[in-house]
Amino acid sequence: MAKAHVYKRDHINTDEIIPARYLNTDDRAELAKHCLEDLDPDFVNKAKPGDCIVAGEDFGCGSSREHAVWAIRGAGVQTVIAKSFARIFYRNAINNGFYLIELLDAPEKINDGNELQIDYKQGLIKNKTDGIDINFNPLPDFALEIINAGGLLEHIRKLTTD
Amino acid sequence: MAMTITEKILAKAAGKDKVSPGQLINANIDIIMCHDVTTPPAISMLAEKAIDKVFDREKIVVTPDHFQPAKDIKSAELHKRLDDWAKRHNIKHYYKLGRAGVCHALLPEQGHIRPGEVIIGGDSHTCTYGAFAAFSTGVGSTDLAAALATGQLWFKVPASIKFVLAGSLGHGVYSKDVILAVIARIGVDGALYKAMEFAGPALAEMSMEARMTITNMAIEAGAKNGIIGFDNITKQYLDEHLKEKTNYTVYESDADAEYISTEEFDCAKIEPMVALPHLPSGGVPISQCAGMAMDQAYIGSCTNGRIEDLRIAAKIFKGKQAAIRTLIVPATPVIWKQANDEGLFDIFYDAGCVIAAPTCGACLGGFMGVLAAGEKCVSTTNRNFVGRMGHPKSEVYLASPATTAASAIEGKLTDPRKYI
Repeated sequence: MAKAHVYKRDHINTDEIIPARYLNTDDRAELAKHCLEDLDPDFVNKAKPGDCIVAGEDFGCGSSREHAVWAIRGAGVQTVIAKSFARIFYRNAINNGFYLIELLDAPEKINDGNELQIDYKQGLIKNKTDGIDINFNPLPDFALEIINAGGLLEHIRKLTTD
Repeated sequence: MAMTITEKILAKAAGKDKVSPGQLINANIDIIMCHDVTTPPAISMLAEKAIDKVFDREKIVVTPDHFQPAKDIKSAELHKRLDDWAKRHNIKHYYKLGRAGVCHALLPEQGHIRPGEVIIGGDSHTCTYGAFAAFSTGVGSTDLAAALATGQLWFKVPASIKFVLAGSLGHGVYSKDVILAVIARIGVDGALYKAMEFAGPALAEMSMEARMTITNMAIEAGAKNGIIGFDNITKQYLDEHLKEKTNYTVYESDADAEYISTEEFDCAKIEPMVALPHLPSGGVPISQCAGMAMDQAYIGSCTNGRIEDLRIAAKIFKGKQAAIRTLIVPATPVIWKQANDEGLFDIFYDAGCVIAAPTCGACLGGFMGVLAAGEKCVSTTNRNFVGRMGHPKSEVYLASPATTAASAIEGKLTDPRKYI
């Protein structure tokens, strides 16, 4: 079960996800300590492994820093559910084998603290707290291929060694 | 069938006659830009996957810039990882401290950007190079690693939005004001996943430096790339800057190419703009925000740290005093020397400004001018997100070098036209 941490805001940017003052390292565990620090300083204390982040439009806009994906993943988050994602963040997530869910009515149908059960193959979120089912479009095939391979570099390595 | 300039360049890079928006392609990369924050992780990934190789040592340009000169021990270690790797692979174009500069100012200046090519960089503002009729976009560390090893990357061909910049810029109005006006109209995701193609008579009156300010901020509207067609101004810049491989292919959009929308701007009506916190889309004319007290002014970055920007600022500072702490950060060593040779540093010194070595520094809250809680900074940079230049409770106001210089003199947001 995934607990939802809902931020009903658009344009949550990479500076909020992982401030540049921490970019002097790429150590995942260190980055995870500061995940979402400038948006919600309490997030890292609240987040448990397997939880998810829910937000509005254009999540991850701004910098190309992959550190944003590493920080979120390092904090134990299993997926981000947002109305839409910024382009580079979206690529970075897929390239890391990290699943994203694009869902237009995410912030309306999921409230903070809701318990969710997510079926990525079916494209189904069961909101156990509110007792509703929410359908989403699974990621496109090319993205799933990369995710299933364990990320872009593994994908390339498999392609070149097969 | 008709294609846009972006589609034509991507088609060539993918070895196809034709591509359409939405199509997935594998493109050959011509130039890869590497800096000190996103490249060291890419290097480590390649080593972990036992593919520690580069596809072409002559097509990679390396310059530390974000935390350069090293701001602390951790940054020094990032630089060392970058340095070891660049030496191990004998990277041909490696700019070390003393010749290193803010990447997006450095690469065109040193002649690494050519029309018709595909350029990627581990930095979101890599879209800057689109000013040279090239396809250029920012990527993260994994994409960077993949491209370094293979020389290729997958792309989804973006649909294009055309921005027609009509009319002439008014007195005291610059390309920064134009791009802030564009983003204020369409929003920070107004061009999400799209190509922003700029055209129109106002561009013909802009130098390459001014044009780079426009394409630099395409990412602030969520775009994949920003692009401007080739003309005599482009050619003249390239004639002066390309050192090797001086041949290139010029592509242009077909007259009947398809755009998902067209936005027109009458540049004569654009006033000096200031983007209020905390989004680059927060642009308002200076008349609506003049008088707001500032604590710091910052002139530099890949958006506005080039010689033309420093000249504009110096002209305003001449014989005046900065009322607030003011930082001048020339983007590259060549710009630094040029500003010194032209006597601009004397003007800045007399005005009480700090003159720094080339670095991205405080633009991203790294060092060299970081803000305390509650402080406000008027800045020529590109982002005013929460905490961008320091404390999460500080504020950044984006503006042109002219508006920033005038505001530094008065200690509050000021219309630069009274000083020009």
